[in-house]
Amino acid sequence: MRKGSTVLPSTERTRSRRAPQRPGDRVFSGLSTGAGVLILVVLAGVAAFLVAEAWPALIAPADEVPGPDGIVLYIWPLLFGTLLAAFLALLIAAPLAVAIALFITHYAPRRIAQALGYIIDLLAAIPSIIYGLWGIQVLAPLTVEPAGWLEENLGFIPLFAGPASTTGRTMLVAALVLAVMILPIVSAVVREAFRQTPRLHEEASLALGATRWEMIRMAVLPFGRSSIIGASMLGLGRALGETMAVAIVLSVSGGVTFNLISSGNPGTIAANIALEFPESTGIAVNTLIASGLVLFAVTLLVNMAARAVINRRREFSGAN
Amino acid sequence: MAKRIEVKDLDIYYDKFLAVQGVSMTIQPRSVTALIGPSGCGKSTFLRTLNRMHELVPGARVDGKVFMDDEDLYGPGVDPVSVRRQIGMVFQRPNPFPTMSIYENVAAGIRLNGGRMKKSELDDVVERSLRSANLWAEVKDRLNRPGSGLSGGQQQRLCIARAIAVQPGVLLMDEPCSALDPISTQAIEDLMLELKTDYTIVIVTHNMQQAARVSDVTGFFNLRGVGQPGELVEIDETTKIFSTPSNKATEDYISGRFG
Amino acid sequence: MPVTTSSERGPDLHTPLSGVPLTHGQLPRYAAQFTLLAAIAAGIALTLAGWNPAASAIIAGAGYVVVIYAWSRTVEGPRKARDRLVTAVVTGAFLLALLPLVSVIVTVVGNGIARFDVEFFTYSMRGVVGEGGGAYHAIMGTLVVTGLAALISVPIGILTAIYLVEYGRGRLAKAITFFVDVMTGIPSIVAGLFAYALFALVFGPGVRMGIMGAIALSVLMIPVVVRSAEEMLKLVPNELREAAYALAVPKWRTIVKVVLPTALAGIATGVTLAIARVIGETAPLLITLGITSSVNLNPVDGRMATLPVYAYYQYVTPGVPPEPALERAWTAALTLIIIVMALNLIARLISRLFAPKTRG
Ligand SMILES: Nc1ncnc2c1ncn2[C@@H]1O[C@H](COP(=O)(O)OP(=O)(O)O)[C@@H](O)[C@H]1O
Ligand SMILES: [Mg+2]
Repeated sequence: MRKGSTVLPSTERTRSRRAPQRPGDRVFSGLSTGAGVLILVVLAGVAAFLVAEAWPALIAPADEVPGPDGIVLYIWPLLFGTLLAAFLALLIAAPLAVAIALFITHYAPRRIAQALGYIIDLLAAIPSIIYGLWGIQVLAPLTVEPAGWLEENLGFIPLFAGPASTTGRTMLVAALVLAVMILPIVSAVVREAFRQTPRLHEEASLALGATRWEMIRMAVLPFGRSSIIGASMLGLGRALGETMAVAIVLSVSGGVTFNLISSGNPGTIAANIALEFPESTGIAVNTLIASGLVLFAVTLLVNMAARAVINRRREFSGAN
Repeated sequence: MAKRIEVKDLDIYYDKFLAVQGVSMTIQPRSVTALIGPSGCGKSTFLRTLNRMHELVPGARVDGKVFMDDEDLYGPGVDPVSVRRQIGMVFQRPNPFPTMSIYENVAAGIRLNGGRMKKSELDDVVERSLRSANLWAEVKDRLNRPGSGLSGGQQQRLCIARAIAVQPGVLLMDEPCSALDPISTQAIEDLMLELKTDYTIVIVTHNMQQAARVSDVTGFFNLRGVGQPGELVEIDETTKIFSTPSNKATEDYISGRFG
Repeated sequence: MPVTTSSERGPDLHTPLSGVPLTHGQLPRYAAQFTLLAAIAAGIALTLAGWNPAASAIIAGAGYVVVIYAWSRTVEGPRKARDRLVTAVVTGAFLLALLPLVSVIVTVVGNGIARFDVEFFTYSMRGVVGEGGGAYHAIMGTLVVTGLAALISVPIGILTAIYLVEYGRGRLAKAITFFVDVMTGIPSIVAGLFAYALFALVFGPGVRMGIMGAIALSVLMIPVVVRSAEEMLKLVPNELREAAYALAVPKWRTIVKVVLPTALAGIATGVTLAIARVIGETAPLLITLGITSSVNLNPVDGRMATLPVYAYYQYVTPGVPPEPALERAWTAALTLIIIVMALNLIARLISRLFAPKTRG
């Protein structure tokens, strides 16, 4: 390889043209590059330290880690619960988020649209501990009666097999709370995409005699499709990692079940860590960290996929 | 099915800002009417009132009457959606739907109407529209490719095909060639001359030669003064406007551009 | 005036869509409002008749949608009816999303106001059993930990943003951009575990310190700062930079004297929002600082109380009788909401008052 081929593009070149480099410039660019690299290091560090602290649990004999049958069977129900709660939340939140984004960008009077956006963003500002308190205090009791109805009338569906919880601390409520929590982030990303729909395409369909909804179907939704997918995955990532709300709301008994309305639920990884960590010592801590590592890996994958989808859209729309 | 348009004393507002004042004109069917004038005098604004696209801008409204044949476009009970169905529009920059194929772009307007049309019928309409837009030969082998893959001139003709697929009575064009190269411009101009046997065409253009070449009637818009609304200064046979305009401002504008 | 519809011309196979009449049936002007009022009245009537208010609201909403759709379909045709249906559904979805917001605020204020008193803000929990006590130690702890986190995150975040906008090209910049995005999605509990794992390797297992919490929060805060600062720096018009270069100002001074001041309001907004985001974090602090009942403001000396963790423990381990602790939990929650909302408000104010007017 030639020596010159390793030179970074443009910046390096422009800089070398401005020949004698000032010390100030060198220090400043060094500092800012260092900060950027530090972020990569931190991210790598997160992975490395988690692996280091999880390692003792991974190699420990099955009877030393908490739970009856070794670490895999300890983490699996938690992972299941995590995925179940998150997907359920997404199922509830995604359509609502799209509708909200549409409302703000294409239905609300323009004068107040921005303010409405802020109001939805406030939902995101409320700390998760407060959603937890609200979930158990307000939402859970509200669901007791409907859950009983579901068990009686739709009990043949495994999701509603019951017996219905009398406290409302069910998977359904956990998912509802999570849905409220991820709604703002999902709708914010979708909203941004909808807002950028080229006016040209909207006018093209309106000029063909489309109603507002037909215009949205022809111009807005196709344009925002990959953003909707990406935003949903972002929301999924949030829901997977959400801790306190689930820790407070969900009543856990450990089994793997799709039953959404009973009080015997699988926990989630994040909530389980929050609940167990303060009282744990020794290998139990390592086990919890190992479960955190699994959560980290899952959310990392989901988030990377989400970002890839959203960024691809960005390039696509730039080319238009 | 080409329609006559009659505008009576139209004032056009953006909120409180009076953009265009007191326009009256008759646009004859099966002819090309060109609207010329300096930038910002309200040609686009006026054009967009003819298919009620103007009111999509929040706070925008009009005062006055616009008749298509004998129907008042702004009459009570008139649905702007139906107005736009009958008065097609082509925009300054070609805007085919990027997520749709060429075929779907042309069929888009028909699909809107419920789409209870047999596939073969729809095929016919798409082909006929693309032929009318002089595009068929170039795209017939790639109807299922995205419309955004075409060249600028082809895209604009695709947009024209899309507009005429629903058989509108009137076709509005807002500087349809200003984003195109001379060859594509030529193609669109030829197309306009062909289309005027079936349609009423209104075109806004900055290009004086173009107005002279394609239009039968030319209207000259001008600003009454700085900060004043735009107005229609005069409208007449194109040959008359370009040879012996009755208004001094028109003459200045035309000769200035030509000189 | 005579209104002749063009439909008289009859259908024409070759001109499938011409002859659509301009006027067709239209609902009366206030049809939607009228139907809505009727639906609301029906909902209220059902509630008064002893139905569950939620059920009544659902029935009223569904009733509105069905009536307006059916009515519009018979008068205006299916396309217009579908348009009205979607309008109703979309608006309904938005209103539905407001319910939790309102409910959360009402609940927290309603439950938290009882102990929102001077004692709550001036006393710790030292030696308190049952009634009384406060969250002074937790509030101070939250300020210390969040302040430290901001001290770590803001310089790193802004410098990284400067790198990305002013210097970064090529693969390193791409990688940083991508991983900053990815970092936004790190679960807060994982950030806490990271800080714990880092310190456990040095200080041994079971370690708890304020600085650990600050580091965990920084992991969450840095990407937010980077993203917002990056957006703001990108908004600074290139002409400004070129004007400075043309005056022979070196690049770093251009950045410090021209670019940063122009973007300052936006960056301040972003930093405020980032603080608002992490100040309510519970999970990472739960496992890195734990809780204490007395004041500890030294971030390198053992356990430290913070407001969210305080609220959590007061709620889940209230003791007997539970009421005083539950009340303290809600008051802590209320304080937290007030802080977060205030920070959001401040952020909006900063961006509104100080934003350069060059933005399009
Ligand atoms: N969306 C809008 N809102 C407010 N004013 C507008 C808008 N569009 C155009 N205008 C104003 O209306 C006037 C006429 O503009 P336009 O119709 O675009 O002129 P032309 O097409 O002749 O160049 C101008 O003064 C312009 O500033
Ligand atoms: Mg114009």
